[in-house]
Amino acid sequence: MNSFLHVTLAAVLAMAATSASAAESGNPDRGATLATQGDGSGAPCTACHGADGAGNNAGGFPRLAGLDADYLFKQMVDMNAGKRTSPVMQPNIDNFDEQQLRDLAAYYAGMPVPKTSTATSVDASVMAMGSKLVNEGDWDNYVPPCSTCHGPGNHGVGHVFPAIAGQHPNYIRSQLQAWQNNQRNNDPNQLMTAIAERLSQEQIDAVAAYLGSQNATNP
Amino acid sequence: MTLKQTLSLLAGLIVASPVALAEPEVPVNLPKFKEGQYVHHAPTVEDLKNDDSINPELKKVILKGRDMFMNTQQFRGKYVFNDLNCKSCHLGEGRMNWSAPIWPAATTLPDYRGKNHHVNSLEERIAGCFSFSMNGKPPAYGSDDMLAMVAYHQWLAKGAPVYEKNIGGRGFSHLGREAPEKLDFERGKAVYQENCAICHGENGQGQRKDGEVVFPPLWGDGSYNWGAGMTRVFTAASFIKNNMPLGKPGSLSDEEAWQVANFINSHERPQDPRYTGDVKETREKYMNFHKYTNYGTVVNGTLLGDHDNTGTKPFLKPDVLRPRTFE
Ligand code: HEC
Ligand code: HEC
Ligand code: HEC
Ligand code: HEC
Repeated sequence: MNSFLHVTLAAVLAMAATSASAAESGNPDRGATLATQGDGSGAPCTACHGADGAGNNAGGFPRLAGLDADYLFKQMVDMNAGKRTSPVMQPNIDNFDEQQLRDLAAYYAGMPVPKTSTATSVDASVMAMGSKLVNEGDWDNYVPPCSTCHGPGNHGVGHVFPAIAGQHPNYIRSQLQAWQNNQRNNDPNQLMTAIAERLSQEQIDAVAAYLGSQNATNP
Repeated sequence: MTLKQTLSLLAGLIVASPVALAEPEVPVNLPKFKEGQYVHHAPTVEDLKNDDSINPELKKVILKGRDMFMNTQQFRGKYVFNDLNCKSCHLGEGRMNWSAPIWPAATTLPDYRGKNHHVNSLEERIAGCFSFSMNGKPPAYGSDDMLAMVAYHQWLAKGAPVYEKNIGGRGFSHLGREAPEKLDFERGKAVYQENCAICHGENGQGQRKDGEVVFPPLWGDGSYNWGAGMTRVFTAASFIKNNMPLGKPGSLSDEEAWQVANFINSHERPQDPRYTGDVKETREKYMNFHKYTNYGTVVNGTLLGDHDNTGTKPFLKPDVLRPRTFE
């Protein structure tokens, strides 16, 4: 089992390195079946991420629907490789082979983006701080605006920079903390580590609330 | 307290205060200021809002200038003919030390500039970046748009001493003018692919989303032209060292910064507005500038700049670029 996993992982990583597009090689129909069946030992994806792929804020389960296929694929590969630690998530995909992960990624990427923006009860001043960080940054602390990398409206750019607008606040907060706590070490060239580790707890709460309130789709 | 309790308490502490305890994984490595230098802390928009000494009408004009600086693409086809904004090179709203903060132009000009051999005004300095860096056509001298830009520059200089020239973090030249290493295209290309292509693209074309430029191009028609300060390898090397990859200033070695600066400036871009019709002649004529560029030299078998291509700009030289004699 162990050596089987080893071989599979090596193959997955090699494939990831050659940047074959998951969107091209994944089969969304097979992905749909896998999402309801699970990997045999774990829970089906739908149990946490929902039938519409919208996830939910209370559980800290991210929205997957409409995210870039290559991005989703890479995250699952990175979790299985231990570069991104999640004891809740990783056991659900550890028996899948590379093709199955591509199928799942293609399935979620092709789903319509649900309206996930989370209404918040936070103070207007917290929202203002979040808005400022996201759109103007905090350059005196060398934090560029999030939108510089995550794109117009923070709807994501290409295969590398994921959409974060309309993502659930609890999930955004947990990811920024995961970078600070060395639980997430999978970002290319530490581009996101650099940003996350410069944010204060207050700023993390503010960007999470603000981004969560934004529309996940283009207006 | 049992050992187990102590351990879990310790673990709790480590998780609770990771930032305070740990050295940053990606430090912000900017050069130190030199003894005796004037170091400016340019005001922020917050400061502007709270500053009762500034007339509300002036505040509006300053903010208009700021908006032009941040989103210069709103004047695409009018003042700007490439994919850049002023803030693409003057990061952090033009306020940041080590990213050629723009306010020193307001405290040191009018002054003589070697680039055009005459005494220049602040408007003329701004016009320079429009003409070369933005491959464009500057707003007319004295126009409302030009006044708004000037107001933004001058306000950022608030509190700085006039004519002080020993300014910390000014310009892009802290690596000096002469490359310490032998510059090699292939070596620069390797640095590029490893550190820059993820944002600026395999072919330096940049990346767009929903029609907006997200990551600006580094060569080709959408980039700065052959007369722009950034084409000088030493200027680009210092810019890159202290500003790129975005969010990781000072992470490249000096050698990597020089090599990649040479690499991006070994590609084609729109013609120098001072072009005489002959690239060799133009290089000779502006040798004080072009001795630092690859313009008019042969790279990988191609003579760079040997063309009439002005990008999407339908003319070569904006009218405002002219000599002054004061006679
Ligand atoms: C028990 C709940 C649970 C189940 C079942 C589950 N996930 Fe997750 N998933 C999570 C959590 C929690 C996270 C956030 C992980 C973290 O904190 O890093 C996550 C994250 C992800 C991510 C990363 C998203 C991003 O934006 O980076 C992907 C991709 C993903 N899950 C896919 C799946 C797939 C495919 C399945 C089914 C095979 C599945 N998940 C099953 C809980 C679950
Ligand atoms: C210099 C570029 C850059 C900037 C600026 C940036 N990010 Fe990121 N971010 C990234 C990259 C790259 C990733 C993808 C990491 C990966 O592949 O695992 C990412 C991922 C994320 C994720 C995880 C998304 C998911 O689905 O798991 C969150 C949350 C995030 N960024 C928040 C922010 C916030 C908030 C800001 C502004 C304070 C910001 N980012 C600014 C580059 C950047
Ligand atoms: C392609 C990069 C680039 C762009 C885009 C750009 N500039 Fe510049 N700018 C430079 C360089 C290079 C210098 C010279 C720095 C030095 O002296 O080392 C400079 C210098 C300046 C200065 C003088 C600063 C000083 O220290 O005196 C001002 C003012 C200025 N730019 C304004 C602008 C404005 C306004 C715009 C937009 C219309 C703009 N720049 C766009 C590259 C750029
Ligand atoms: C995380 C994405 C990212 C990476 C990686 C990155 N850049 Fe940039 N770069 C940018 C952005 C964004 C700007 C414009 C700044 C702004 O608008 O705030 C920029 C601006 C520039 C500019 C000035 C504007 C222009 O287009 O001429 C140059 C030159 C440049 N980068 C070179 C490099 C080099 C060389 C590297 C690799 C060592 C690099 N960059 C890595 C995102 C990136």
